[in-house]
Amino acid sequence: MKIKDNCFNVLRGGVHTTFQDLGFKNFQHLGITTGGVVDNNLFHLANKLLDNQSNTPTLEFTNQGPLLNLKKGKCRFAITGNVKFNIIKEGAIMFGIPNRTYFLNQGEQIDILGTTNSNYGYFSIEGGFKLKKIYGSYSTLTESKIGANEGKKISNNQLIFFNNQGSNFNSKIDINFKISNLIRVIKGPQMNYFMLKNIFKFFDKKFLISNSTNRMGVRLEGNIIKATKSHNISSEGVIKGSIQVPGNGDPIVLLNDHPTIGGYPKIANVILSDIVALAQLPPRTLFNFKEVTLNEAENIYKKSILSFTNKLKEISKT
Amino acid sequence: MLKSINQISEQTFLLDFGENIDIKTNNFVIFYSDLILENVNLNNYVGILNCIPSYNKILIHFDPNTNKKKKILDFLNSIFLTPFQLSTSKKIIEIPICYEEKYSLDLEDVSKQTNLSKKDIINLHLSTIFHVYMIGFMPGLPFMGDINTNLSVKRKLSPRINVPRGSVGIVDSLCVIYPNNSPGGWNIIGRTPIELFLKNKKYPTLLNPGNKVKFKSISKKEFESLYNEN
Repeated sequence: MKIKDNCFNVLRGGVHTTFQDLGFKNFQHLGITTGGVVDNNLFHLANKLLDNQSNTPTLEFTNQGPLLNLKKGKCRFAITGNVKFNIIKEGAIMFGIPNRTYFLNQGEQIDILGTTNSNYGYFSIEGGFKLKKIYGSYSTLTESKIGANEGKKISNNQLIFFNNQGSNFNSKIDINFKISNLIRVIKGPQMNYFMLKNIFKFFDKKFLISNSTNRMGVRLEGNIIKATKSHNISSEGVIKGSIQVPGNGDPIVLLNDHPTIGGYPKIANVILSDIVALAQLPPRTLFNFKEVTLNEAENIYKKSILSFTNKLKEISKT
Repeated sequence: MLKSINQISEQTFLLDFGENIDIKTNNFVIFYSDLILENVNLNNYVGILNCIPSYNKILIHFDPNTNKKKKILDFLNSIFLTPFQLSTSKKIIEIPICYEEKYSLDLEDVSKQTNLSKKDIINLHLSTIFHVYMIGFMPGLPFMGDINTNLSVKRKLSPRINVPRGSVGIVDSLCVIYPNNSPGGWNIIGRTPIELFLKNKKYPTLLNPGNKVKFKSISKKEFESLYNEN
């Protein structure tokens, strides 16, 4: 693409900044995992603030985000999450407020300093980024090197292209994403691989989020849980939220970029509405698991979707 | 044959075909998962996000937002009204493999463990017609069997940090090919120069579940001429 198109110049890529939408569908039988945004709510909010179509790809950043210079064009953007960022206009630094829109002119910069008390944040732009659709998605799988941006995270000095010159209105919302240290689960398909005393231990003692957590899985420490029947099962399909327990006894909760099949017993599954809460817990945080029934999990999910949809109606435009 | 269909989370059904890992059971899995995927691709069943076959299970991942759980369950039940048919395809896919020392990182070790000479190991491997049980873990990786029981070895105690792309590994009665550089604990007995995952193709995997595969021995020189660095 030529520089005459609307684009940012990446002055700093950040820790792990990738293009993501809702991910890949019906490719897992070929070994291509689902991928997509870790935090659906922040993703939807980021697009909703800009009146984008609901599955418009965003930039997802982890901890420290990118420093972007608007090289060509104008744009309207939003940053969602618990995020600290600055907007730099003609050398003056302005503190940014997340969960509202801003207008940016050529030569101005956005410096996403980082997430606070959370791991993932989102940067969206009115009209979306200019990307190639691969296997029906604009997501990036960095482990498999598949998807947008040649399957790579955003790196220093690359260009990022976008479609529209932004329109001139602003929207915002007051929203708090509460942090929960109680993560609800339902029974896993191999809970019977564990002795009762280990199942009790799983629920009674706190777990610690490990530093080596990433988009493949949330790794847990501090509460060793050993399977009794076997440390291995014959490999079978897995999805996000499954809690696998490998032989060393430190459970792994699968996240978006998980391998498509797994050979470890799954003691439990994090309920759909709590996966994001867990994924957003920063490393070294302590938390507990609590068991609910599948029926309760379904109802909790329905309620959470409804309350989020209602919350989005509070977006105000000026 | 299918033992049960259970909902195991807010967004998954598990179709269980029992505990056996054998070609007979797996043929059932493949026949019905192909049928499900065909219907999904024809857009008859929007709401199914993934259909993941393995040795003796099919995991159905569905969209929990669509309120189509009952419809999807009815669809899954209806799929099993179709009588099973064994594939009549006689096609065997030939995969070149180089067993020379540079590429057969664990051949010596496998020889010690099995008390078979390197030549015997290679001959056993070359004479096997493999059945592809499933594709997964990473894009395009085939799990194939069954290897002669005399050649059965355990997983390596300490996995390699980086197994080169194309490496052919064995554990128990199974054989895999790594489509990409990756960490791995399988015993590497050779390497193929050809690519198992072709990113820009509509059907990107070289192999699919149910395929028959035979290896063909090539020299280091042939390997180098076929290998495409990137």
